[in-house]
This record gives sequence, C-alpha cells and structure tokens, in this order.
Amino acid sequence: MSAILSANAELIITIVKIVLLLFIVLTVDAYLTWFERKLVAHIQSRWGPHRVGPHGLLQPLADGLKFLFKEDPTPAGVDKFVYFLAPLLALALALTSIAIIPFGPEPLRLFGREIYLGIAPPDLNIGILALFAITALGVYGVALAGWSSNNKYSLLGGLRSSAQMISYELALTMSVVGVLLMAGSFNLTKIIEAQGRHPEWGFLGWNIWPQILGFLCFFIAAIAETNRAPFDLPEAESELVAGFHTEYASFKFAMFFIAEYTSMTTISCLCSILFFGGWLSPFPASWTWTHYLPSVVLIPFGLWVIWDGIRYETIFGRVILPVVGTAITALGAAFVLYPGVNEFVQGPFWLLSKIFVFLFIYVWMRGTLPRFRYDQLMAFGWKLLLPISIVNVIVTSFVILAKMQWGGK
Amino acid sequence: MGWEMTASLVVFFALAGLAVIGAVSLILQKHPIHSALSLIVVMVALAGLYLLLGAEFVAAVQIIVYGGAIMVLFVFVIMLLNAGVEEQTSISKLAGPPGLLLVVALAGFVTATIVRTTAGVQGSSQTGAMASTSGISNMLFRDFVYPFELTSFLILVAVMGATVLAQREKP
Amino acid sequence: MVPTNYYIILSAILFGIGVFAFVFKRNIITIFMSIELMLNAVNLAFVAFSQAWGKLDGQVFVLFVIVVAAAEAAVGLGIIILIARNRQTLNVERVDLMKL
Repeated sequence: MSAILSANAELIITIVKIVLLLFIVLTVDAYLTWFERKLVAHIQSRWGPHRVGPHGLLQPLADGLKFLFKEDPTPAGVDKFVYFLAPLLALALALTSIAIIPFGPEPLRLFGREIYLGIAPPDLNIGILALFAITALGVYGVALAGWSSNNKYSLLGGLRSSAQMISYELALTMSVVGVLLMAGSFNLTKIIEAQGRHPEWGFLGWNIWPQILGFLCFFIAAIAETNRAPFDLPEAESELVAGFHTEYASFKFAMFFIAEYTSMTTISCLCSILFFGGWLSPFPASWTWTHYLPSVVLIPFGLWVIWDGIRYETIFGRVILPVVGTAITALGAAFVLYPGVNEFVQGPFWLLSKIFVFLFIYVWMRGTLPRFRYDQLMAFGWKLLLPISIVNVIVTSFVILAKMQWGGK
Repeated sequence: MGWEMTASLVVFFALAGLAVIGAVSLILQKHPIHSALSLIVVMVALAGLYLLLGAEFVAAVQIIVYGGAIMVLFVFVIMLLNAGVEEQTSISKLAGPPGLLLVVALAGFVTATIVRTTAGVQGSSQTGAMASTSGISNMLFRDFVYPFELTSFLILVAVMGATVLAQREKP
Repeated sequence: MVPTNYYIILSAILFGIGVFAFVFKRNIITIFMSIELMLNAVNLAFVAFSQAWGKLDGQVFVLFVIVVAAAEAAVGLGIIILIARNRQTLNVERVDLMKL
C-alpha cells in the first residue's frame, strides 16, 4: 500500500491540493457575496444582511440552501445540450484559472517532500498565457447561454456581453505585455521575483511605478471582462431583464454567479501578482520587525471579535463570535511563538491582503459608479484603452532598449 | 512493436480519440452550432497534443486565437444568421458513401507514403527548453521577419475587407 | 515517447474527415468549419515534425498558418453574411445561380 502511495505521490498530492483549493475558493466566493452586500449596503447608508446569523454571516449559507431547494424549470424550446453546457462551461473555466496562481514562494516541507502552494508547478513556462487562454474561452459560456435560452432578450444580452468581453480582452492582454517585457518571462513566479530584485527598495520596486498606465488599462479592462459594474449593462437588473442569464433558474444561475465571483478573485490575484509585487512585502527586507505584522493584525482583530461577541444581541452570536475570535487570536499568537511558521506565512499573508484590497475596490466601484451605455462602453474599449495599452508597450520597449544600449556599457 | 503503455501513450490516445470524436461529430450533427462546438473540442484536443509535443507557446496561441477568437466569430455568425437545422437533398445523400470511400483512400495513401519514408523517426526528447517563447520569437523576428510583416499587412487588409463587406447597405 | 508516425496518422485522419465534411455538408458555415479542420490537421503535422527534427521552424510556420486562417475566417464570414442577406438561405445548393 505504501509503495503504491509513494509511487503516485505527486498525483495524490495534486488531487488533495485541487480538492482543498476548490473548497477554499467556493467558501471565499460565498463570503464574497456577503462582503459585497454588506459593503454596498453601508455605502448606501443601510445595514445589509444582519439577521441570518451574527452580522449576517450565515446569509451565504441561507442563499446556498435557497439555490438548492428552488424549482429549476427548463423553458420550452431550448436547445437542451447547449442550455445545460453553458453554465458548466463558465464555472469550469473560472475555477480552472485559479489553478495557475502561485500563492506563496516557500514550499511546505511535509513527509520529506516539497509541496508548493498552488496547483500549477512553479516552473510553468507559459503561466500567464495559459490564464489568457482560459479567459478567451470564457466568452463561450456567456454567448451560448444567451443563444440557447430561446428568448430574444437573452440573445441580445448574450451577444452584447460576449462582444464586450472580446473587445476588452485585447486591451487586457496588451496591457500586460509591458510587465512581461520587464520580467522577461511568462512565469508568474519569475514576474514576482523580478519585482523583488532590489529587496531594499520595498514597494518602490513593484511594477506599478513604471507600468502605471498598464495597470490602469489592465484593471479597467478586467472589470469589463468580468462583466462587473460599471460595465455590467448586459446583465443589469433594470436593463434587458437579466441579460444572458434570464432563463436560468436556481442552481444554474448559482453556477454563473460563482463563476463571476471566481473570475473577480482571479483578476484580483493577477493585479496583485503582476503590478503590486505578489507575495513581496512592501517594506524593505532589512526591516525584519515587519515580519510580526500578521500577528499584529490578527491578535487585535480576534480580541475585538471576542469583545463584540459577548455583547451581541442573539444568544447564537454570543456563543459563536467569541469562539471565532479566540481561534483568530490563537492563530496570531501561534505566528509569534513559532518563527518558522511565521516565515512561511509572510508570503501568503501579503498576497492575501493585496487580493482583499482589490476585491474591496471592485465592490466599492460597484456601489459608487453609474453604468456605461453600451456604445460608450465599446467606444471606450476600442478607441481609448487599446491605443493606450499599445502606446504603453511601445514606450516600455524603447526604455528597455535604451537601458540595454547605454546602461550596459 | 514492443511499446509499453507509458503515460505519454495513454494521454496521446485519449487526446487523439477526443479529436477524432469531435471531427466525426462535426459531420454527424445537424445544427451548425453543434458542429461549431465539436470543432472547438477538436481544437482543444489538438492544443493538448501540442503540449504533449513540448510546444507550449503554440498550444497557448492555438487556444487563444483559434478557440477564443476564430471560433467565437463562427458562433456569432451562426447566432446572428439564425442558422437552422440543415436539410439534406437527394444529391448530397448520394454523394455520401462514394465520398467516404474516396476519403479513406486519400487518408490511407497519405499515411502510407509518409509512414514508409519516415519509419523510425523518433521524436527527440522534449524540446521544452528550446521551444520556449524566446526561441520562437528569435526565429520570428530574425529569420522570418519578412513573412511576419507580410502577415500583419494581410490582417490589416482582412480587417478592412470584413468591415466593408458587413456594412449595411446605404438606403 | 510517442512515435512521430502516430501524429502523422492522426493528422491524415483529421484531414480526411475535413475533406469529407467539405464535400458532404450543405450548410455554408459547416463547409467553412471543415476548412478550419483541415488547416488544424496540417498544423498538427507541422508541430509533430518540428519535434522530430528538434527545430523550431515548424512551430513558427504554425503561427503563420493560424494568422492566415484568422484573416480568412474574417473575410469568409463577411462574405457568408452577404450571401445570407441576398439569397436568404445558407444552403449551398440554393445559391447556385448558374444551374441549368
């Protein structure tokens, strides 16, 4: 038995990683919906979900149960195969794109093996190109959903939405070329290491400073690519009924929903990795006292959760919140007590913080900005973003060439 | 033949089977959108085969350009033109079996010729280190720079042509 | 290691299926898709030989084939849209004005 295990160890480790990551991503998506509803509500001066569980934290669970138990009708006259394929395709592609992202530089050392954080091996030579390939295929989910619904509004919404996705895909890929030129590789790990070339510069070595134009193009194009506000005209509630997912009921709609939030998370990961240094700390490497920051963040937060929990209005909250708070405090304390674990946690902590900041900006934009009209949207993508990203590529290549010519002497 | 079932062979047969099933499904499906989906399956299977051959950049470009742009164009046109289920006239039904025979003969002839002349050509070990993007771009911009510029001109002409062709007629 | 001949046989099979679809199907768009299938089969042969010889020329040529196929698809589909608009049908046998 142990012989079979050790022979196929790589396969088993990968399968365990996939299951774990799937579970984590789906939980993150669920709580992202809670976060969005709470944040948009607070921007609009109201409370958001606060009845289902303490602070509304069990709302995603209630939503999930609703999706499972709601009736799932199939409209008459739909093309059955394509109708069932579209949400599956969207969900599968969105979840596959998470597999390429590396979550930390240091591997776990368990059972005598090195286990890297992230499913794809760290020497995948076409890292970001594979991500673009998956994004390119994501157009099909939307287009086929709109077409197969046997509904004029769905077809229009689906065609508009997929035309929007294709247009902004060009600006998306072009705006990243500047970063690739500077790093010299498609590999995400190498891109992060290229930003960490001068460990004493801290956040001044990140790609955001030379590539500010590229970052703006990338972020705006990514929001349009994921069909989020302010580019969500094809699926907004007050337009075209609900766009391409009008005829999709409970569970199939949930699949589109999860696909959208997962692609939001992937884009946040990409923004952090490509432009903001990924898992690199913003402080210079010689400031080793900053390594205690995870604990400095977690311990007060855990204590606050405990304090808020013992005064909460419902009994359930008074029991659950202190338990959660104690767990968070214990985690923070563990990082102080075990320096080895602390070093390991540095990378993922910074990456997750940056991802959280980008998700916050995503939800913030949704709560604040009005929608683009469709022709304004297309004009913006083709006439403004694409030329800017091309200019960015040209200027970056000239600067790199100039550095090679005169810097190398 | 003394080959043993290594992992590469299993993957090859799986991907090859997928590609052939997709291609046959292209013929057998009645609705053009199902044929388009079958063709996408063929292209993804071929991208997998390119990865097996160590050509990572070409595999990624195949999915991005062929699967993500050209086939999307096909799917759009099918949706816009509202192409329905196609009908088979008597002539096309007559052409079925002889066409099949001729195609089998053609494929068999091509295969036999190539196999006889290249018997024993074993693939070299993974050209992964060489097939990196820098290797391809070196060739593209040094040895093949003239065809490269010509193809960019070709795309420009195609874009202009497509824009002119698809314009609405002026009343 | 998969022998190169296996790839060539697969490429020939796919090409043959493409030719059959080109001759047998009556919908213009499906005929066009069979052309793309033939081009893909040829691409597979190129990449297989590129690996066999250890050179990169095959892969560079595949890039050119993909680009030309994209340009051809754009113009071809434009023509198809015009045909559909003028003749209100996508059946090749109905577009044949030169019939006796």
